[in-house]
Amino acid sequence: MSLFEVRGLVKHFGGLAAVSNVSFRVRKGEIFGLIGPNGSGKTTIFNLISNYHRPTRGTIHFKGKNITGLKTHRISRLGIGRTFQIVKPLGRMTVLDNVMAAAFAKVATKAEARDLALETLAFCGFEHRKEVLAKTLSIGERKRLEIARVMATQPELLLLDETAAGLNPLELERAIELIKKIRDKGVSIVIVEHIMKVMMTISDRIHAISFGQTIAEGTPYDVANNPAVIEAYLGKEYAEG
Amino acid sequence: MEVFLQTLVAGILKGGLYSLIGIGMTLIMGVMGIINLAHGQLMMVAMYVTFVCFHYLGIDPYLALFISAPALFLLGMVIQKYTLNPLMEVESILPENQVLMTVGIGMVLTEIARFLFGSDYRSVKTSYSSSAFYLGEISFSVALTAAFFLAVAFTVFMFWFLLRTDIGRSIRAVGQDKDAASLMGVNPKRITIITFGMGSALVAVAGTLLMPLYYLFPDIGGPFTRKAFVITILGGLGSTVGAIFGGVTLGLAESFGATYIGMAYDDMIGLLIFVLVLLFLPGGFKRLTKI
Amino acid sequence: MKRILPLALLFVLILFPLVVRDDYHQHLMILVLMWVVIGSGWNVIAGYTGQVSFGDAAFFGTGAYTAGLFAHKLGISAWWAMALGGVTAMAVALPFGWICFRLRGAYFALATLALNEVMRHVATLWESLTDGMVGILIMQTFVSKVPYYYIALALAVVSVLSIEVIMGSKWGYYFVSIREDQDAAESLGIDTHFYKMVSLNIAAFLTGMAGSLYMNYMGFIDPEVVFSLHDISIMAILVGIVGGVGTIYGPVVGAFVMVAVHEFFRTGFFGFFQKLAVLTGSGLVNTVAAYVVQAHVLGFGILVVMVILLLPNGIVGDWNKIMGTLFPVRKKGIEG
Repeated sequence: MSLFEVRGLVKHFGGLAAVSNVSFRVRKGEIFGLIGPNGSGKTTIFNLISNYHRPTRGTIHFKGKNITGLKTHRISRLGIGRTFQIVKPLGRMTVLDNVMAAAFAKVATKAEARDLALETLAFCGFEHRKEVLAKTLSIGERKRLEIARVMATQPELLLLDETAAGLNPLELERAIELIKKIRDKGVSIVIVEHIMKVMMTISDRIHAISFGQTIAEGTPYDVANNPAVIEAYLGKEYAEG
Repeated sequence: MEVFLQTLVAGILKGGLYSLIGIGMTLIMGVMGIINLAHGQLMMVAMYVTFVCFHYLGIDPYLALFISAPALFLLGMVIQKYTLNPLMEVESILPENQVLMTVGIGMVLTEIARFLFGSDYRSVKTSYSSSAFYLGEISFSVALTAAFFLAVAFTVFMFWFLLRTDIGRSIRAVGQDKDAASLMGVNPKRITIITFGMGSALVAVAGTLLMPLYYLFPDIGGPFTRKAFVITILGGLGSTVGAIFGGVTLGLAESFGATYIGMAYDDMIGLLIFVLVLLFLPGGFKRLTKI
Repeated sequence: MKRILPLALLFVLILFPLVVRDDYHQHLMILVLMWVVIGSGWNVIAGYTGQVSFGDAAFFGTGAYTAGLFAHKLGISAWWAMALGGVTAMAVALPFGWICFRLRGAYFALATLALNEVMRHVATLWESLTDGMVGILIMQTFVSKVPYYYIALALAVVSVLSIEVIMGSKWGYYFVSIREDQDAAESLGIDTHFYKMVSLNIAAFLTGMAGSLYMNYMGFIDPEVVFSLHDISIMAILVGIVGGVGTIYGPVVGAFVMVAVHEFFRTGFFGFFQKLAVLTGSGLVNTVAAYVVQAHVLGFGILVVMVILLLPNGIVGDWNKIMGTLFPVRKKGIEG
């Protein structure tokens, strides 16, 4: 039985079909990539999973349990964490406080939360910035904070939304390092990206969508060489590079 | 049956005027995203201007329109430019500063009026204030009917303005997406100033037209502000068409409430509608929750 | 170090009625303490949790009427009702929050305004229960103001302390997270609806208690006074904002300042103009004095406008800014 499964997911916004009959399974311990051109529905799928929108049709299953339509905070408590494409730092709180707020999901006292937060920050290589106000962070640091924060909730499944967008090459390297480290810790990851290079490097399997519909699924190599994907992306050069 | 028709007519006529109040406020809400809690007080100022015109200058209210509307237009622009626009720059924890500022402005306007005119009730009694004409058994108040048609005229003008003129289009653009609009060469600050001016001018027209029918006193602003946002929310924020719908609905509700339930309850009715609408307004309600 | 200032203040406050014995000043201090409680309550839901309320009078009035009705209709000492005042206010807050917390930002603010007005109308129209516009009159337990002062002081201290405790705990983190980014908070496992309710109920409880205190102290209330939008709800916001939104001692500072300012305007600059008129025997100054007193609410309104423009984060919040303006410092080296 797979850790996480999406079955026949459909979402209509008025007349627009943002997601049409998408299904996939995520195995425990894998990094599962979701790629597609901008506007193909990737972030919408994440929003459906964490119930920022209700699916028009389809179901979502986690560890064998149907979690479709459960309240967002409940989904988080069950062990699914997510980051946001447009980062959402808790601006007027310090980095440490940001992570502590998340840590309270797992521990009860302030002292325990602080310990868990510091531990998580160290894991993410961010401890040195812990007293800084979140709103003064650079974009790369904000993304790192997003990840540190959600890691403090100790998820089993992590949904990463466009973690690579807007990062310079050095930051990108570091981000990929961190993601691998998280996987090695035992967290399963679904990662949404539209930058091919990142996906090819870290994903175990990839699911490609375009205009809300599945167009391919398989290993990075298979997907990159799939004619339909190439057509959607014109990205054959990345596959060979 | 007659009572019913009479109530209906009164409600619709009043509704026309309420629409003007609503359009002014919904424009401000749609473009600036702020709730102008001084809207009724602006109307009060216009009513005092009308009063002064009538009693000291001998100008009939319908002509005083040409004084009160521009005057309030200017006042609105000044308010927006010097008290509200600066707030948009300020970094503060609570975004509701603008709303609070309008409350302060409303207080200041009310107290200036009280200072200048005292708390006594004032009125403008023209030759046609109390007269009515009859269609069959139904009486139509002359003042209210004339006001209704003028209100319709102004509403039509507003639509033309918003749809056909450059400034009107700029206003709608800023209302939809401020950043996109500024990227296309629209100066949002200038537009907010003009919009607040227009909103004020519109409510000034309503106030002037209502003057022959109401008693005026400094605290009359509050109830009208409440009516204004009931109308606006009923119709959907930022929707000028909605404001018409909202205005007529409120007019009818108050009219029927007064006739069939009792005078003291007309304020409550407005409040009740407001609460129900806040909770159950389909479509528009969803929009409220995303802001 | 930070502890000393509040403790010193507390010390002064405890000794106050023993040193200053005239009714007028004691009355003012009781008002200040009452506003500390109300302002603290507002600060919890608005300053810390970011849900700005424009209708706290709804809770205040409920508390006041609870105390009043217990004494007036049931003959029970109004003091028992003091705690109940907080509870009945929560009874109002619960359904309200449940229904209206789906609204965000300014629309929630509007809903609180509506609540304020609805409560006022209910109190006015439900005459069989509340005697409507006539109001409620009860026998006051104490003749001297001093016992009321100490009760108010106790209430104020409890308020400030509980907020300090709450804000330092998990709840505090959750409240501020909701304020900063509700969606992010939700994604971190925070049940935002529940915690907003908790926050609102804390505010309602404190404000309701203040209302009950008011009933006991003043002996008379009516709907216009205790459900007043401008005198209670807006004043609460001012206390919170002027003092410093989202700070523990902000409401304390705010309460002092706002009551002082209000008195300042009400008495025409503490009778400055009147005294000047007497001194100079000038008719003109006398007239000016009369006008200033008459326009006191106007002066107050203008002050509101100025404060919002210049001190959006309040005295405590913008302390550095204030100090910088009053005492421009020539700094050498890099600021930390």
